[in-house]
Amino acid sequence: MNFNNTSDFVSDFWTYYISIISIVGIVGCAVLLWMQSSAKHVPGQTTNHVWDEDLQEYSNPLPNWWRWLFYLTVIFSLVYLALYPGLGSYAGVFHWTMRGQYDKEKAVVDAQFNQAYGQLLDKDLVTVAADPKAREAGQRLFLNYCAQCHASDGKGAKGFPNLTDNDWLWGGTPDQIEESISQGRMGVMPAKGLKPDLTGDQIKDLANYVRSLSGLAADSIRVQRGKELFAQACAACHGADGKGNVGVAPNLTDKIWLYGSSEDAIIETITKGRQNRMPAWGEFLGPGKVHLLAAYVYSLGGGVKPTTPEPAVPGSTPEQK
Amino acid sequence: MQSQATYNYKVVRQFTVMTVIWGVVGMLVGVFIAAELIWPDLNVVEWLSYGRLRPLHTNAVIFAFGGCGLFATSYYVVQRTCHTRLYAPALAAFTFWGWQLVIVLAAITLPMGYTSSKEYAELEWPIDILIALVWIAYAVVFFGTIAKRKVSHIYVANWFYGGFILAIALLHIVNNLEIPVTLFKSYSVYAGVQDAMVQWWYGHNAVGFFLTAGFLGMMYYFVPKQAGRPVYSYRLSVVHFWALIFTYMWAGPHHLHYTALPDWTQSLGMVFSLILLAPSWGGMINGIMTLSGAWHKLRDDPILKFLITALSFYGMSTFEGPMMSIKTVNALSHYTDWTIGHVHSGALGWVAMITIGSIYYLLPRLYGKNEMYSVKLISMHFWIATVGVVLYIASLWIAGVMQGLMWRATNPDGTLTYSFVESVKASYPFWTIRLAGGTLFLAGMLIMTYNMFKTMAGGKAVDAPVLAPAHA
Repeated sequence: MNFNNTSDFVSDFWTYYISIISIVGIVGCAVLLWMQSSAKHVPGQTTNHVWDEDLQEYSNPLPNWWRWLFYLTVIFSLVYLALYPGLGSYAGVFHWTMRGQYDKEKAVVDAQFNQAYGQLLDKDLVTVAADPKAREAGQRLFLNYCAQCHASDGKGAKGFPNLTDNDWLWGGTPDQIEESISQGRMGVMPAKGLKPDLTGDQIKDLANYVRSLSGLAADSIRVQRGKELFAQACAACHGADGKGNVGVAPNLTDKIWLYGSSEDAIIETITKGRQNRMPAWGEFLGPGKVHLLAAYVYSLGGGVKPTTPEPAVPGSTPEQK
Repeated sequence: MQSQATYNYKVVRQFTVMTVIWGVVGMLVGVFIAAELIWPDLNVVEWLSYGRLRPLHTNAVIFAFGGCGLFATSYYVVQRTCHTRLYAPALAAFTFWGWQLVIVLAAITLPMGYTSSKEYAELEWPIDILIALVWIAYAVVFFGTIAKRKVSHIYVANWFYGGFILAIALLHIVNNLEIPVTLFKSYSVYAGVQDAMVQWWYGHNAVGFFLTAGFLGMMYYFVPKQAGRPVYSYRLSVVHFWALIFTYMWAGPHHLHYTALPDWTQSLGMVFSLILLAPSWGGMINGIMTLSGAWHKLRDDPILKFLITALSFYGMSTFEGPMMSIKTVNALSHYTDWTIGHVHSGALGWVAMITIGSIYYLLPRLYGKNEMYSVKLISMHFWIATVGVVLYIASLWIAGVMQGLMWRATNPDGTLTYSFVESVKASYPFWTIRLAGGTLFLAGMLIMTYNMFKTMAGGKAVDAPVLAPAHA
């Protein structure tokens, strides 16, 4: 017998068990049909049973076309189960598997893709981003894989970063963008920063101070108190000036807010912390599509020119697990 | 003495009236969520959101509307065809109040977000236990009545009702085996792909036994009664009954084509779904051919129109179902609106229409009248409902095939031609037609409600005397 290895059985017993029950079941349908096919047609003859005054049944034979339809489906099923996997781990004459079908279809589109864009893979992102054909393909990929979170215009939403500005949590150079897409990112803001004993009132002070950093309206007394707390609880990641560090913590002095800038939103962020995740696409999409996507994201306008020296990242291990 | 005994119509009346009421409620929720697809702004608060109301809609139309209709007709049919009063009247009353409690609890907990997340089995464990108790009581009443029948042969309608009651007990209990964590939260005892397989073994048989076998029971009583003709073929009843209940049990895996379910399980699900075609059509043939020699009655009897149109839709959707279970067709149709259209050609065309026809037959008899308050309104209901179903299923066929083709279209460079949201945008016109179809169907139900209350107001509850069996 041709066995296939997708059925995961621990012993051959199950193949026989499934095959016998299935074939007996299918053939049983035909036997039932055959046994009931013998009646002769006597017009107007009933079974002689009457229920509820006038309910009766004719003893008409089975319609012929219907019988043959039934037999046909039985024959089709037996042939199908000989050709395709169905009887336990018997692989079928065609050795078809859904995995095989997927691989075959995938190979076709991958070949088409490589033929169309293979030569772009070795080129740097700035060049690829300038190629209108590549940009167009990149946009199609973006709309299918990225737009659900980052929106079709790339401007993001609450919790999902805007990709069109030049504020980059994980860096905006071509290499960094490509790495973000390929490897994914995990952003963690711990609840109450480094001071787990922060009281509700202190968190309010902090929130006011954080708002003041970007010039938003804030209670000046709370700002004063918040400033001290910030140095203890937040500065280690966000920096003493609140300007943040790429790959570690966002800049709090610009007007860009991932989770909202209202006092309530900031209080929620500090109190509960934030956890965020950009999924890793490298394995699913492959390096070619990631390259096109990175070029498209880079071309959205916010990218950092690779010639610009990268800011030194203090504390070389970003806060991520 | 025998002649003085009456059939227990009280519980039949209760379930009959609630069938119509829950039909209106369930379809109203359906119309609302259809509108939410077109105008997402209607998702104003979380308990009115699509995700919470969709299971409320399915539970309401299947278990409240369909369930009450099955209780009502099975209690009526089993008494009359066994020539005896319903067994255990107190238990029968318990099934009515218990079932209404289940429905009310569903209507409260589902919008609140309490769900076990299994399709058509979303209700949490305390409600599952209540359902099991009601169902066991139902089985006792039904089979108790069969046991004390005054005729030796069991009428074919009762085979289908009986098969439906036994199978649903089995399906409900096995699929809802779960470990409670709190009063409102539980986890399935199955994991991963086994959980999916048990769920769709349940899910497809909910269609096969609840929405098919049960309503075939209804068909086998009300079609010959309304047509005044004998059932076409006893032999056909025998073959298609046994083949249907045997084969349906295997068909579930076609809901899991191209998933983590092993290839062999998918193939078996597919071939048994194909074998199911002939047994399903057996019921349609037996119903429609019962009319042979009495076709003229279709012209002016709107109740018969409902019943026969229901059978036509049954035939259509049981042809469509096996086709959709073929792997290559399923690869296109799965996850698209074609599936929703298919379900509604069964649910509106078959289940609702056979129920509506049967209830129009029942109501005057339960309230001491010769016919409904207005036969004209039945006719109006029929045409509005038929146009509604046709609009509904045709628009979703087109939308579904279009979505399937858009999702799989690729450019010469191997990238996908359309993004998902483009297929959503292209679906709006068809969703609007679907909403119009659903609204028409709901409008028909409102006409029925009016006609029902007028009939009740003009009549008075009567219990017919138990008939002595005829000796042919």
